[in-house]
Amino acid sequence: MKEQTARRQDGEAGGDRRRLFQARVLDLTDGLYRVALRLTRHESDAEELVAEAVAKAWAALDSLEDESRFRPWIFSVLINTFRSHCRRRGRELSLDDCQDDAGGEPDFSLFDKLHQPFLLWWSNPEQDFLNKLLGEDLQRAVDSLSECYRAVVVLVILEGCSYQEAADILAIPIGTVRSRVKRGRSLMQKALWMHAREAGIHTATSETEGEM
Amino acid sequence: MGNEHKPIDCEEVLRSLISYLDGELDKAATADIDHHLKHCRTCYSRAEFERHLTELSRKIGPSKAPAELRRRLARLVEGF
Repeated sequence: MKEQTARRQDGEAGGDRRRLFQARVLDLTDGLYRVALRLTRHESDAEELVAEAVAKAWAALDSLEDESRFRPWIFSVLINTFRSHCRRRGRELSLDDCQDDAGGEPDFSLFDKLHQPFLLWWSNPEQDFLNKLLGEDLQRAVDSLSECYRAVVVLVILEGCSYQEAADILAIPIGTVRSRVKRGRSLMQKALWMHAREAGIHTATSETEGEM
Repeated sequence: MGNEHKPIDCEEVLRSLISYLDGELDKAATADIDHHLKHCRTCYSRAEFERHLTELSRKIGPSKAPAELRRRLARLVEGF
């Protein structure tokens, strides 16, 4: 009798735990999918990644020491699942290696390219440029980043994570997040600029070609 | 006392602007940049440009996961 009661109580506790986990996962599904989509850049791959991460998170739930840290914890499971996917596909993992893009180039600033301080007050080339940008231009610019910058940009800029939260999720130092956010923005702006020039969205007026 | 700010130049603002816009500076450093932006038209324009670009970037892609993924996850967790 005692055994039956204990089993029933264990079953009820397990059911509660599962329901709580399910509620939290469903709360975070949109964010998990958005991050997965920007990392994989394919809808079906993103769905697979999220589903696999959720299964892994359930299996590793005991490793979550602080319940209030569920959000960064499950995002870190997603990131680690993505790392495993890359390894499984035999791809060189670039999520943790930014060397390719650093290249010693100075940071690029769209504002510096567009701003003209001596224009009349009603003229605003920066705003004109932003008004012409489409969502797909921005998406293309984010997707053009190598994974190591993209992961930080997606977490901080798109999902609004703090630097500390992004550092915890990616298991990298906060100083690295700070420098990658800055560099990632710069590379994103350069990609936007190049696309704007190629697509004729912006035509050169006063900027110096040699500065590119 | 509360209105005293460390005077900072445009170079310093430029170095910290991204951390400032991301809300990652401490109160004193934030107040110093706030103060500078009130008096420097170019830095103010730069900050507004970066802020606006970030806002546009936040709207990239779908805001919601596909309904089928939500159903799939619900079924998956039911099976645990």
